Amino acid sequence: MELNQLTIHELQEKIKNGEASAVKITESVFQRIEAVEARVHSYIRLLKEEALAAAAKADEVIKKGEIKPLTGIPIALKDIVCTKGIPTTCGSHILHNFVPPYDATVVEKLRDAGAVFVGKANMDEFAMGSSTETSYFGPTRNPWDLERIPGGSSGGSATAVAADECIASIGSDTGGSIRQPAALCGVVGLKPTYGRVSRFGLIAFASSLDQIGPFTKDVEDCAIMMNVLAGYDPKESTSVPAEVPNYRQFIGRDIKGWKIGIPKEYFVKGIDPEVSAAVKKAITVIEKCGGKCVEISLPHTQYCLAVYYIIAPAEACSNLARYDGVKYGLRVSDSRDLLDMYKRTRMQGFGAEVKRRIMIGTYALSAGYYDAYYGKASQVRALIKRDFEAAWKKCDVILTPTTPTPAFKIGEKTDDPLQMYLSDIFTISTNLAGIPGISVPCGFTSAGLPIGVQFLAGHFEEGKLLQIASAYEKNADIEKRRPKL
Amino acid sequence: MEFETVIGLEVHAQLLTDTKIFCGCSTKFGGAPNSHTCPVCLGMPGVLPVLNKKVVEFAMKMSLATNCEINKSCSFARKNYFYPDLPKGYQISQYAYPLSEHGYVFLDVDGAQKKIGLTRIHMEEDAGKLMHDEHNPLSYVDLNRAGVPLIEIVSEPDMRSPAEAADYLKRLHEILVYLEICDGNMEEGSFRCDANVSIRPQGQKEFGTRAELKNMNSFRNVQRALEYEIKRQQYLVESGEKVVQETRLWDDAQGASISMRSKEEAHDYRYFPDPDLVPILIDDAWVEKIRKELPELPLAKRERFIKDYQLPAYDAGVLTADKALANYYEEVVRLCAKPKAVSNWVMGDVLRFLNEEKRDIRNCSISPASLAEMISLIEAGTISGKMAKDIIEDMYKSGKPPKVIVEEKGMVQITDEGELIKIITTIIEANPNQLKDYRGGKEKLFGFFVGQVMKATQGKANPQLVNDMLKKMLAG
Repeated sequence: MELNQLTIHELQEKIKNGEASAVKITESVFQRIEAVEARVHSYIRLLKEEALAAAAKADEVIKKGEIKPLTGIPIALKDIVCTKGIPTTCGSHILHNFVPPYDATVVEKLRDAGAVFVGKANMDEFAMGSSTETSYFGPTRNPWDLERIPGGSSGGSATAVAADECIASIGSDTGGSIRQPAALCGVVGLKPTYGRVSRFGLIAFASSLDQIGPFTKDVEDCAIMMNVLAGYDPKESTSVPAEVPNYRQFIGRDIKGWKIGIPKEYFVKGIDPEVSAAVKKAITVIEKCGGKCVEISLPHTQYCLAVYYIIAPAEACSNLARYDGVKYGLRVSDSRDLLDMYKRTRMQGFGAEVKRRIMIGTYALSAGYYDAYYGKASQVRALIKRDFEAAWKKCDVILTPTTPTPAFKIGEKTDDPLQMYLSDIFTISTNLAGIPGISVPCGFTSAGLPIGVQFLAGHFEEGKLLQIASAYEKNADIEKRRPKL
Repeated sequence: MEFETVIGLEVHAQLLTDTKIFCGCSTKFGGAPNSHTCPVCLGMPGVLPVLNKKVVEFAMKMSLATNCEINKSCSFARKNYFYPDLPKGYQISQYAYPLSEHGYVFLDVDGAQKKIGLTRIHMEEDAGKLMHDEHNPLSYVDLNRAGVPLIEIVSEPDMRSPAEAADYLKRLHEILVYLEICDGNMEEGSFRCDANVSIRPQGQKEFGTRAELKNMNSFRNVQRALEYEIKRQQYLVESGEKVVQETRLWDDAQGASISMRSKEEAHDYRYFPDPDLVPILIDDAWVEKIRKELPELPLAKRERFIKDYQLPAYDAGVLTADKALANYYEEVVRLCAKPKAVSNWVMGDVLRFLNEEKRDIRNCSISPASLAEMISLIEAGTISGKMAKDIIEDMYKSGKPPKVIVEEKGMVQITDEGELIKIITTIIEANPNQLKDYRGGKEKLFGFFVGQVMKATQGKANPQLVNDMLKKMLAG
């Protein structure tokens, strides 16, 4: 196996034993990028020089024996997290030339932990999309079938891990943007509890739903990444000062006696039969591991999509108001006056999906409509949260499919926003409730497309997710495949 | 037709915290453009606000000082609109859940106390400033002020005249400055006011259509703008037209207001709870801690001055209008124990000097000790009140203590009876005709003799003593 194909913990062993250097690992990642990036397009920007310099430094650290959790590990960053001195575009024309003078807290944490940054990964514009097709910089392709989408919005972060163009990556998840592409690309993706990982420096889409999380090649790597990412940040008011356990301790523990909730609302018609079969098989694996599956109900599930498509666009239309051409980013010149500058800058700077959501959000917050839309959506959101609180009285974790279908064809749903929105139907409730969720590979379709199973747990119970995900991973005996590129 | 005026005011006061409301930048006025900024107050992508606790505490002080009820839970909302001085495209403010509500202050109206209700006090961030290039179609944005903390104090429509409105503003201003939470500078914009004005026929219960007035940057302008607006509305009604709901800008130079936008053009601010900030929970212990930190407020001080120093209400009002002035007054009284005399000298001479030069009592060249010494010199009869009038002017100009001035100018009062007898005798002898007429009943001539004595002594004779002695000696 090449170095770039290994996991974080495998590479850590090799580094410790002197079998691999940070420079060698980074070089092997960039060799792979050279070979496949033109076809996959995981990245908006590559940071080869910086990465090799950081790797050389990491090797000095390794020589001194001061190894940190991610020393010498090549990591990709979704281009939604701000990187000091490095352009951060959010996949948008309006920020195509924006260079932040600050690092996101997660970037600081990763750098402090020794990570080597490979590049800025492609994404749907402002994280609005489920296919990475809305990126100003062109779509990312699914390494398992280049005719298909990788999922989104963190598509580039998912494909970079799936195609071994990095060892692990960072994504953000507002309604499924980590878990859905993780499922469609056959990697592990975790959305932590709201407040668990700092949002400072994460370019906001919907502030009450956004959360940063990792993409990894296996569950143990996910725990290693969470050890670095999790924790209170005084720069964020919604950050929670809850204790951060060592997540690695949950890897390899059994789940004997656990109750696994199977929400009946998530197993309805419309799910692809192969996905349904794979997830049902996952349930039997969990039972073999000693878990007891019980049917539960999350009665307000049917409203999740509607609530989400009020709250997220409402917050987004406000969050995106700052892109006005005045201070940074795109400004369309030769404007007649201020209003003209605003209109032309935003008309040219934003893509169709972003404009659609700005309009929906503006409408939902308008005088006379607020109560019927935003106000009502907030009330229903509280009911959705309550559904989960009731569920935790009956089970320890919840198991669902991550997505209703495997990866669809590029262009297949771009003209039908509602169909596109439906691909997040199983992931959205997690964000509305603020709870953590993880997607783990659970097999392949007959056409060779990956399928994911999703586990959900209560607030700050990422440990439980890692425990069940690792138990599942160990016992599921999923065929080890790599995409043929 | 007789009309009644209805006025409600919205006051914005900048809080004197060292740092901005949601970041660590300085709030100092007057730095180089954009020198007091950071990614947070510049509204850069991905940054987040963290509330400055001092802002909440300052706002709580104002709430307590104006008898508002502080809500146990309040929260921030976003007020969305586009303008280049608003870097995020929204202002973080409070909307549905303000910090405090249901307060009041009292005004003196025609000798009676009138209660003016306060609807609410809420916290928010200030916007930046635009500077327009006179020669080019360009505007520059300075975001030093963006994120400076403000409180907005909203009154009930309880005022019935421009004078009441001005009085109410002075009351709020006085309290803010007393609390040391706002410098009250109207020119620099740290104390701003918008007014809602309407008129209605005397006796009518429903309010008339209101106009909102903006851009009045002094107490005088507030009163002028309100007077103008009332006349404008009366004219409209009397000539059969309708007052329309609109926002009007006061133009000081023109002495008139102009329409800025109509109700139809009004912004829809699309308020919603700011998801980046959590609700502020305020328990009783916190409120009590802040209550204990409150200084003596103007009204209480006024009442104490009347009671403890036996001052007329008018004096107490003037002396307590400024906390520094009140402190100055009390210090002088502590040193010379003549409260009414001190009041007369402070209100009469000291304030006149300061007003002439537009100076503040904090920069007064007459120290409390000097003024106390001068008053003691009068009491001791060393100098006369008339002499003191000259001395105090000299004290103000030179900053010298009164004793030094008295010595330098040889201004010690003549109180020696033997010396005065000699002088009076000489004068009587030199003016036999006047003496004869006086004794014949022309009592007005008494003044003539007093004048002669003062002239002979260059004004240094003790006037009371001269009066007493002249009466005796002229009577023969």
